[in-house]
Amino acid sequence: MLRVEYLYWLVGAFLIAAAWFNVRERHYSMAAFWLILSGPFVFGDLVLAAVQRNEALPAQLMGGGVVALGLLAARGGLRSKADTPAEREQREHSAARIGNRLFAPALAIPLLTLALFFAGRHLSVNGTPLLDPKALTLTSLGLASLLALVAAVRVTRARPLHSIVEGRRLLDSLGWAVLLPMILATLGGVFAATGVGETIAALASAVIPVDSRMACLLAFALGMVVFTVIMGNAFAAFPVMMAGIGLPLLVLRHGADPAILGAIGMLTGYCGTLLTPMAANFNIVPAVLLELPDQYGVIRSQVPTALALMVVNVALMALLVFR
Amino acid sequence: MPGAINYWPLLGVAVVVVGFTLRRNPVLVVVTAGLVSGLCAGMPLPDLLALLGRTFVENRVLLLFLLTLPVIGLLEHFGLRERARSWISSFRGLTLARFQITYLGLRQLLSMAGLIDIAGHAQTVRPLIAPMSESAAEGGRGTLTDSQRDRVRASAAAVENVGRFFGEDVFVAFGAVLLIQGFYARNGIVLEPLAISLWALPTAIAAFLIHSVRVRLLQRRIDREMRSIGKDGAADASR
Repeated sequence: MLRVEYLYWLVGAFLIAAAWFNVRERHYSMAAFWLILSGPFVFGDLVLAAVQRNEALPAQLMGGGVVALGLLAARGGLRSKADTPAEREQREHSAARIGNRLFAPALAIPLLTLALFFAGRHLSVNGTPLLDPKALTLTSLGLASLLALVAAVRVTRARPLHSIVEGRRLLDSLGWAVLLPMILATLGGVFAATGVGETIAALASAVIPVDSRMACLLAFALGMVVFTVIMGNAFAAFPVMMAGIGLPLLVLRHGADPAILGAIGMLTGYCGTLLTPMAANFNIVPAVLLELPDQYGVIRSQVPTALALMVVNVALMALLVFR
Repeated sequence: MPGAINYWPLLGVAVVVVGFTLRRNPVLVVVTAGLVSGLCAGMPLPDLLALLGRTFVENRVLLLFLLTLPVIGLLEHFGLRERARSWISSFRGLTLARFQITYLGLRQLLSMAGLIDIAGHAQTVRPLIAPMSESAAEGGRGTLTDSQRDRVRASAAAVENVGRFFGEDVFVAFGAVLLIQGFYARNGIVLEPLAISLWALPTAIAAFLIHSVRVRLLQRRIDREMRSIGKDGAADASR
């Protein structure tokens, strides 16, 4: 059975290969960065198993690795190598030679993911399912990436190892930005463990005039946005704002409709997601991927939409929840 | 701490705000914020390191997309982005606004059908949507300036985000809907997931309309800029 751990090992192997290439080019801090980052992928299961057995040392070492990654990220700037005219000409040339067949492997990733996701429940070898049924989306995505790689090698007639070289080029140009989503999720875990959310909700409910339902609604909506901006994730903001303001004040005291309040409240939080560098995988990573000079370029282009939608959401809630 | 709330962990939030405002390296800012918040909560350093390490490992799924990099890198080396551009420019009359609004609508529909991770910044926006957007914006009228190109690319990423976020909640089995339902269920309010997800529709429609208008405005601005530069460019060419 294809377990998601096997895919993590592949990611780990890719990171180690990237580290090796950097060692050979004497980019030692970049190499150390990828090598440390391969740790959670190669040893992740062992660490979590040790935590289950109440052994703290492996997790503590990993924590030390997180701090080291932070320091290394601050040292090394992002460097994407400039494109030479010769490379550009070579790409134009092979684009013309291969033509639209180039699209097939790229489109194969989403389409195969989809197909495997739906077929996955029925695929089995000698009674064992081919894909882990508990992590079907992830194993589908992983297998689809591998199959697409085979297709890409066939279409381009490149050496298979060439794909690692090119993948590593992309990885290096992403640099520390690649780590940001994972490290932010880690910060979310720390904030949850230290009760940051409850403290903010307590502060908020202490200052709003609780008898006015509009004041409560505005505090809830703004709280969802602000808290999502801080945490980078509306999922983290929702239980906090709901427990602090939504449920006690709006639903129980002012009789708001819980289904509408929940649905539109969550979407109000998403307006915050469009605004925050904390939602790095949506806002910062693409700015790096698209080689924008301003790391806040994507956020800048989303601000007007986010603010307008926020106003729409508040208006919708004001109209609908107190029916 | 019975009774009194410990406000000191909020310093971690302050570190994040100040660090991002000063544009310090985000990874370092976030690691520092975690350490500050944990130490202010009175957590001993070994426990804090273990917490950091465990949550870090638990979130490694977020980097599974790295598996797509060798495919995308290889295809890019062989001219995927160049091909995407020239293919789009073969459609006469396809404008930036038409292309991106179509993608926005399609992305929302895919999200609504639960196909949330079918597209993404690494696997679709960088290799396909961004170069196609650039080509559609040029519309055979010459090349974009650096500033125009960056705005078009940023808009491609924004279209992906808006389409993904404001479609997904309409899908019943999506995490957000189940999170909302679960929260209420724990507090004694039983709701059907469908009853929640249907109320995401008005916002989904509003998001489509608002963002379509914004893409159209971007197109208008670029058209205007290109017309005024186009005159200069024509003058240059005739010299």
